[in-house]
Amino acid sequence: MSKKIFTPTKEFEELLPQDYKDLVNNGPYNAPKTIDDLGSFKEITEPHPHCAGCGVSLGIRLGLASLPSPEDTIIIGTPGCSYFALSQSALNYSCTAFGNQNSVASGLKRMLSIRYPQKNKDVVVMVGDGGVADIGLDYTLHSWFRGEKITTVMLDNEVYGNTGGQESGMSPKGKVLNMAPAGKKFNKIPVFEMAKTAGCRYAVKVTVASPKKLGAAIRRAVLIAREVGPTYVQVYTPCPTNLKFSPNQTIANAKDAEKNFYVYEEYMTEEAGACLSKIGELKEKV
Amino acid sequence: MIQEKYRVLPGPEGFITPSAAMMGVVLPDSGYSLVEGDIVPEAQAVELIANKLINAKNAVICPGPLLMWQWAESAAAKAAAVKELAETCGAKILPMPDYRQKRINPAAEISPNHPNVTIMNNNFDVCVFAGMHSHHANMALRLIRGGTSCYTIALCDYAACEEAMVSLRDVDAGKIKTITRKVNDMKRNSGYLPSRG
Repeated sequence: MSKKIFTPTKEFEELLPQDYKDLVNNGPYNAPKTIDDLGSFKEITEPHPHCAGCGVSLGIRLGLASLPSPEDTIIIGTPGCSYFALSQSALNYSCTAFGNQNSVASGLKRMLSIRYPQKNKDVVVMVGDGGVADIGLDYTLHSWFRGEKITTVMLDNEVYGNTGGQESGMSPKGKVLNMAPAGKKFNKIPVFEMAKTAGCRYAVKVTVASPKKLGAAIRRAVLIAREVGPTYVQVYTPCPTNLKFSPNQTIANAKDAEKNFYVYEEYMTEEAGACLSKIGELKEKV
Repeated sequence: MIQEKYRVLPGPEGFITPSAAMMGVVLPDSGYSLVEGDIVPEAQAVELIANKLINAKNAVICPGPLLMWQWAESAAAKAAAVKELAETCGAKILPMPDYRQKRINPAAEISPNHPNVTIMNNNFDVCVFAGMHSHHANMALRLIRGGTSCYTIALCDYAACEEAMVSLRDVDAGKIKTITRKVNDMKRNSGYLPSRG
């Protein structure tokens, strides 16, 4: 893709709505930004219809602000809460049939590598826990087994949020939800551990309460996926609507999770570590 | 049972608007155009477009991403031609810079996902789509046909668009300039402009 795609034609430049002018003049395309720059540039994300205090929307905002080269990134999604903000974001986005995201991402990555052999085209799967751990688990695992050079980001709100609160594989055992009144009967699926076993070269478990860690994880995951192989970032994004807490308690809830049951963890293979050292990414302490 | 030929006419066609292709409307070959579902010689369609634009009470031209962004050399020439056409026929320009389903200001841009609402909000009676990808133009034009009485015109780079009431195919800057010349000729003939020479 050429950067010309973000250059307006002279004839219609004045007619561009203001948010596009902001993206062109002060967006993250030509001068990559990080989450440290949030508030000082026009973000890729737009006002979205997520519930107040939504952890998923925060995860998406932080995740998109951390992409190393958004103009050369395509996000692959699947139905669920994440769709609402991602479909409005100003970067390439494709929503797949539920659960198919890693298969579609694999195909796209291979196609882009053939079409643009000299250029890095990042394919990032960004979906909810239902997409990764339940309906798309087989496709996700197989993409990792095959060593596809894609990044998978799970926005884990531990529930099927937009369909009324059914339990997902990632809901903790015993969790009572709107549509699981007797409580969940089995443990949270250990997708993070499965990622390591299945061949992910880099995997991180993080919450939205730690934006710097989250930002570094996404950035590293994308950079490693370019060179080495599949990467996985599991982000805890609590849902005030279904987990029944006040919308202004999202960060507090995530902080609590980070201390107790969602402790930060970073795993990388030697090859992935060498890749990060080579490009100078390991110097950054998070 | 003899089925009546389906006509692609101004709506409102209804909540579930049938796709023109499913109703038997086929795309024209090179040198021909579509007018309300019929294949006609291109010159006839150009004349009708000029007529509709000049007689419109409130016309709008909606340049899509292929005209809004400088992605190819041809984009600038075509954008200039579209702008000249809008100025000649006094049409408003409402851009559609991309197809995101985001919040829009209907006075500044046409909604990609609810174009019918933007059309109704502004009371447009003639609407021209140019520089839009076919997959999106098809859906947007059908929405407009379904929910409004606006007369739709598609200036297509490729094989024309059956969802518009009038559609030209293989449109480049030259073909848009032909429409502009036709508009000027009609203005002259009707006394709006001084005659040539």
